[in-house]
Amino acid sequence: MMTILGIPTQALFGQLLLGLINGAFYAMLSLGLALIFGLLNIINFSHGALYMMGAFVAWLALNFLGLGYWPALIVAPLVVALVGIIIERTMLCRLYKLDHLYGLLLTFGLALIIEGLFREGYGVSGQPYSVPKELAGGWNLGFMFLPIYRGWVVVASLVLCLGTWYAIEKTKLGAYLRAGTENPTLVQAFGINVPLMITLTYGFGVALAAIAGVLAAPIYQVSPKMGSDLIIVVFAVVVIGGMGSILGSIVTGYMLGLVEGLTKVFYPEAASTVIFMVMVVVLLIKPAGLFGKGA
Amino acid sequence: MVMKRLLLGAAALALSTGMAHAQYSDGKVKIGVLTDLSGTYSDLAGKGTIVAAQMAIDDFGGKLNGQTIELISADHQNKADIASGIARKWYDTEQVDVIAELVTTAAAIAVREVSKEKGKVDLVSGAASTPLTNDKCSATGFHWTYDTYAMAVGTGDAVVKSGGKTWFFLTADYAFGHNLQAQTERVVKANGGTVKGAVKHPFPNSDFSSFLLQAQASGAQIIGLANAGADTINAIKQAKEFGITQAGQSLAGLLVFITDVHSLGLENAQGMMLTTGFYWDMDDQTRAWSKRWSEKMGGGKMPSMVHAGTYSQVLHYLKSTAAAKTDEGIKVADEMRKLPIADFFAKNGKIRADGRMVHDMYLAQVKKPSESKGPWDYYKIVRTIPGDEAYQPLAESTCPLVKK
Amino acid sequence: MTLSPSVPSRQKPFILALIGLGLVLPFAVYPVFLMKGLCFGLFAAAFNLLLGYVGLLSFGHAMFFGWSAYLTAYAAKEWGLTPEIAILLGVALATVLGAVVGWLAIRRQGIYFAMITLALAQLGFFVAVQAPMTHGEDGIQGVPRGHLFGLFDLSDTMTMYYFVLAVFVASLLFLHRVVNSPFGQVLKAIRDNEPRAVSLGYEVGRYKLIAFVLSSAFAGLAGSLKSLVFQLASLADVSWHMSGEVVLMTLLGGVGTVLGPMVGAFLVVAIQDFFAGIGSWVIIIQGVIFVVCVLLFRSGMIGVLAPWLKRRGITG
Repeated sequence: MMTILGIPTQALFGQLLLGLINGAFYAMLSLGLALIFGLLNIINFSHGALYMMGAFVAWLALNFLGLGYWPALIVAPLVVALVGIIIERTMLCRLYKLDHLYGLLLTFGLALIIEGLFREGYGVSGQPYSVPKELAGGWNLGFMFLPIYRGWVVVASLVLCLGTWYAIEKTKLGAYLRAGTENPTLVQAFGINVPLMITLTYGFGVALAAIAGVLAAPIYQVSPKMGSDLIIVVFAVVVIGGMGSILGSIVTGYMLGLVEGLTKVFYPEAASTVIFMVMVVVLLIKPAGLFGKGA
Repeated sequence: MVMKRLLLGAAALALSTGMAHAQYSDGKVKIGVLTDLSGTYSDLAGKGTIVAAQMAIDDFGGKLNGQTIELISADHQNKADIASGIARKWYDTEQVDVIAELVTTAAAIAVREVSKEKGKVDLVSGAASTPLTNDKCSATGFHWTYDTYAMAVGTGDAVVKSGGKTWFFLTADYAFGHNLQAQTERVVKANGGTVKGAVKHPFPNSDFSSFLLQAQASGAQIIGLANAGADTINAIKQAKEFGITQAGQSLAGLLVFITDVHSLGLENAQGMMLTTGFYWDMDDQTRAWSKRWSEKMGGGKMPSMVHAGTYSQVLHYLKSTAAAKTDEGIKVADEMRKLPIADFFAKNGKIRADGRMVHDMYLAQVKKPSESKGPWDYYKIVRTIPGDEAYQPLAESTCPLVKK
Repeated sequence: MTLSPSVPSRQKPFILALIGLGLVLPFAVYPVFLMKGLCFGLFAAAFNLLLGYVGLLSFGHAMFFGWSAYLTAYAAKEWGLTPEIAILLGVALATVLGAVVGWLAIRRQGIYFAMITLALAQLGFFVAVQAPMTHGEDGIQGVPRGHLFGLFDLSDTMTMYYFVLAVFVASLLFLHRVVNSPFGQVLKAIRDNEPRAVSLGYEVGRYKLIAFVLSSAFAGLAGSLKSLVFQLASLADVSWHMSGEVVLMTLLGGVGTVLGPMVGAFLVVAIQDFFAGIGSWVIIIQGVIFVVCVLLFRSGMIGVLAPWLKRRGITG
């Protein structure tokens, strides 16, 4: 058997593939964060809580309405987007003229409230959510056994991320959005309803988080803590990618998933920290992040 | 002027509340239940232990020395600093005589330190690690329900004897995980098994896939899970997802509670061997108590060994206090060591010099879905492990209180 | 005790009244609770030096707080050093860490500054989880309080309280002095308009670094004191939640005021204490406070109260 640095190549491929699966979640979450930061100048700390809410909506829909996994993939993002829009209209919209930090602090508070309410209602031990029948089982790839569901997560996330990227870079709506990021006043002058665009962007950003939540539900336990465990890492991803850079957040998401996967082979204890090491190094060498412009 | 007013106000405040805080031994017994009410362990311990403690008080008669026995509770959030702060406050200002439950080793040790300093009794039910009866032992501290040594003896021994000779550990990277792994390794090696490796995972952790692949690559027959709660549940589910169990490797959950089996579902948990200090469906006494507990909890749940153990320890404390005719920590502790324990939880329990309450443990196997007759019908009791075999021999204890 | 000359005479009676209150309060209120408030008050005041007077939001101050706590606890327990030496060691460590982190972080601004401090603090957390000296999840427990200067027995709660109070008052007066000194004026100038400060010929980087090191040293002092008060140093002290908590305290009390962080710290400690028995509601209430503060009282409690106090001639 071939080995690389003492690790069998087969095991290494397996770990890289797993890293890619984790990266799929990082990419979906950091994409939403980057979109929101780009247009609203708000660092959405409640992103993790809304991701958790997406998973919970799926779980609640299954247990109280009998709605299965596929409808939940539509319903959960809509519900969470609605919550997001309410948050944006009632609270965030008052902060746009202030320093970034106030947005960070407000959404941090919201994250605490949302997480606390779900903890109060459902405890923390996690609720089970089964893999949909269509995606049960797995493929033997030779170097590892890949559960079909995990493969689906990677595909779904790639389609979503690239679709979003395409929409922003290549369509007229995306052009408005990019223009709004650069100079909202001017775009407003062209007769485009910028506040509405901002509201919808926030809604879309958190809907992405909710989809990620539904995708995660069958893999992890549906638990109120699932968001707060993840959000700090996703922040690091966005910062490394370059705040507000759409492509940067997607690429960095997958890439850091791979880096984390490798770390788990060589030094598993550091798996939860390696991203921060990368972040320090990147920020020192390239202050605006890998894909960011200016400082 | 302002200063004078403020000072006067403060002085008046000092006077009025100072009276209320005057400390005198009132002969009244007050029990504090300190547990995890909001975190990872709130299902296996949590609110259910407060209910269990109240049941013990009610069954005792509710009064001692003519005064109502009081109960207070708080959430230590599994953090040593919060646990230590609350324990100190309870002893200093709330006239609490004893603190019970104490899930999570870090919190239990923190409270042990404060209790030792204040000469008060602490009763550990939920925490697992053996240092509580070794170098962290105290004259007034007791470890009740189970510990990592007993888990290793029960599950480790049974698995090796049924042919699981080679092991690989997935270990939660903190004191409890290391302790559980070390205890199990000892048992595995003593029975002629070998350990092929171990990987420490961050605590808490949600994605075990890469650690499981490493375990798979090791080729070990048994993957030992030296973790607890949500970590164990996730690891077991993901092992199934990645076809590891189907490919012939077996999982051994080294610390599994009935609440974990419940959230895994029998489909995922069937066939697993585990060690427990209590199962609700063993005899009429356990069934009767569990039914009462379940009703008080609003139905739909059955007690874990931590819930039952909390009842047992609080009841024994109250009996001993009545026998000693004082609430002074050290005297009650002496009495507790003298009295035997006989209730539905521990039929023939006794407390040793190191504070360990020795009682029989049970080796259980999780039923197949087809064998289960209803909700919470989960275990087959395979073997009763006599207390003296289950727990660390007193001669091996590093507790300074043990006379050698 | 002589107050620093920079304290306007109008404030003197007010400050004296507060100190007086500090002296008598432990007869009315549980002293350990007060000590906790004082430790966190000092931590928040140190943090506020950076946020309130230089305009830099550090999201990694737990690193200084927590690591000083560890070293002080370790020195007192394992090396048997007296408390004052153990505390000095803790502060020295925080100062060194502050110099390193500060040197790396001050090159960036705004959110990048916050993120790089967070990242470095996470590395600090990682080391704390891995290093054997910290005892991981258990923490360093049963730390002896010892005898201050070999004379005063700190295991007596009241003695400990007055020691903490003395350190607290001295530190706050020092910080007050710093922000009202010419040095403090430069800091505020940097906060308000950095390019202008640069064009006036100030070496902005050096000022920021000194402020960062001062802030981390006092955060370390707070952590060291806390580890002696509670006889415990644990992972909670180095985790990012602690960094978030000090932001909450400062924000709640009032950014950029001397008194604000102290008030905020006492409020947060009181909330945690009061709601300890009801699980998740502590988190929810903290979240609500965050939201309400950001939306309605961005100047914090003291910011809202200040005009009222001013009218009565209490503060300048």
